[in-house]
Amino acid sequence: MPRLVSHPDEVKIISRRFGQGAAEIDRYIELDGYKAAQAAIEKGPEWIIAEMKASGLRGRGGAGFPTGMKWSFVPKQSEKPKYVLVNGDESEPGTCKDHLIFLHDPHAVIEGTLIAGLAIGAKMGFIYLRGEYRYLLKIMEKAVADAYAKGFLGKNIFGSGIDFEVVTQTGAGAYEVGEESALMESLEGKRGVPRIKPPFPAVVGLYGGPTVINNAETIATAPHILLMGGEAYAKVGTERNGGTRLFGISGHVERPGVYELPMGFNLKRAIYEVAGGIPGGKKLKAVVPGGSSTPVLLPEEIDVGLDFDQMAKAGTMLGSGGVVVIDESVCMVEFALRTIKFYQHESCGWCIPCREGTDWLKKSITRLHAGGAVDKDIDNIRYLAENMMGRTFCPLGDAAAMPTIGFVKKFRHEFEEHLNGKGCPYEHQREAVLV
Amino acid sequence: MSTPATTIFSPALAARFDKLVTLYPVRRSALVPMLLYSQDEVGYISDAVVEEIAVRIGITPLDVRNVLSYYSMLRTKPVGKYNVQVCTNISCMLKDGYGILDHCKQRLGIGHKEVTPDGLFSLEEVECIGACCWAPAVQINYDFYDDLTPEKMDKVLEDYRAGRGKETL
Repeated sequence: MPRLVSHPDEVKIISRRFGQGAAEIDRYIELDGYKAAQAAIEKGPEWIIAEMKASGLRGRGGAGFPTGMKWSFVPKQSEKPKYVLVNGDESEPGTCKDHLIFLHDPHAVIEGTLIAGLAIGAKMGFIYLRGEYRYLLKIMEKAVADAYAKGFLGKNIFGSGIDFEVVTQTGAGAYEVGEESALMESLEGKRGVPRIKPPFPAVVGLYGGPTVINNAETIATAPHILLMGGEAYAKVGTERNGGTRLFGISGHVERPGVYELPMGFNLKRAIYEVAGGIPGGKKLKAVVPGGSSTPVLLPEEIDVGLDFDQMAKAGTMLGSGGVVVIDESVCMVEFALRTIKFYQHESCGWCIPCREGTDWLKKSITRLHAGGAVDKDIDNIRYLAENMMGRTFCPLGDAAAMPTIGFVKKFRHEFEEHLNGKGCPYEHQREAVLV
Repeated sequence: MSTPATTIFSPALAARFDKLVTLYPVRRSALVPMLLYSQDEVGYISDAVVEEIAVRIGITPLDVRNVLSYYSMLRTKPVGKYNVQVCTNISCMLKDGYGILDHCKQRLGIGHKEVTPDGLFSLEEVECIGACCWAPAVQINYDFYDDLTPEKMDKVLEDYRAGRGKETL
């Protein structure tokens, strides 16, 4: 069972039911569960969307798109049925927050799905979990069955005359399916390759119908926003970055874990105070601030607020909230190599710049790490990565290129240390092998 | 597009599949879950599994294979009864995930994607499994083991060897 952590600097909104037994529906109801859904039924779609807009909630999957606005883009009239799709394909290295939501608060996901459905006029929602999360899928399946049994899902929910169905779905191992259009392909029983956009899912999505697709944390936040009010939620965070979010702090810290911090919380404080700093008296070398696809920060760059805008200003991204902390003992070339190895493995092969680019980056960095590179190879790595940017159907190509460019730019001296047959000067994890 | 006259699945799984295809606006949406659940029962996606799923959904066996080859958890060959999947992605790597992998290799006497001669264990180095804050982490079939050390790993493997391991399925 994943360990729960706590710190006085946390503001617990979405995590307030963690460890409270809220996976049981009666307990969830005791803890204000399904009140937001009933209010949503009573007050209607305009009220829901106005509250969501006022909350300043931005997508927790990584892109940070304002949720209320996303919901408002769905056309009111549609010949095809509309759908709500919950993205629980959590696969970005460094990210394990949705894991805890499914484990401790599955009904919040269901209630959020229902609220999104009411907002856009959908009659059906899907909750898609990555295949590896089977034990969490079982928890979600039970929660859905319990909600049906209470009349909170199905026909005439809460006696309102409204129907709403929820279906849970398992993936079967694919990072790429976390991309919204690839997820729709997967849910339609196909290979998870991305679709070209436009049209966007709000207009043509799942089964060709208008679709709202949100990250599981985003969806699970919606009931809390309706309960406390959009404005009150917004006030917890910073300007244009409402509320709190779950930050997973992992790697070289004393107390790794998932912490709920207000948006804009200082990254340095998150690492040194909340997560207890670097163990063993070692020095900090680098921080990957928002999952493995976000460009690395140097120790002197971490005095920055954790929100979408401040992180963009610092030349990186808030991403998925997965903060990976790296101490001085780590070889950054090897870290770059492990990162690109992942993206090479997960590239779906649909677009050539991504399929070929990730493969050549992996080969080049493997060779460099083993000492088989010369100075101009470093520039070639950067050039190759820069030329992948923006040239693919989906953001996986960028997700592979962005961190690579960051590692080369900020740790060029470490790349240089490996050149001309010298190989890795650090105590490395893997045998350096030439390919 | 039909329920086949005979089935290779257990009555419970066949009944589950009969229902599953009706849950979605299109039957094909059941494909990925059906492949994974078949694998859980049969051990891998055999030719017979492909054939029956194609009939149940109403697509060709080639369509089924085209989808199954995309997903990394789906396999067309058997693995050990307990498939040990060691994460070595960044957060686990920083907490000695490779040490855990090497330890498993040595203890089980097998390498990546190999099976022990008695068929009890197989080993796999996997990408991020979503347990980054509890690294290093391992999944045995569908069960997670967090905050591992070589000693804790030995205990986990020993439990499975003795038939005391967790089994979500």
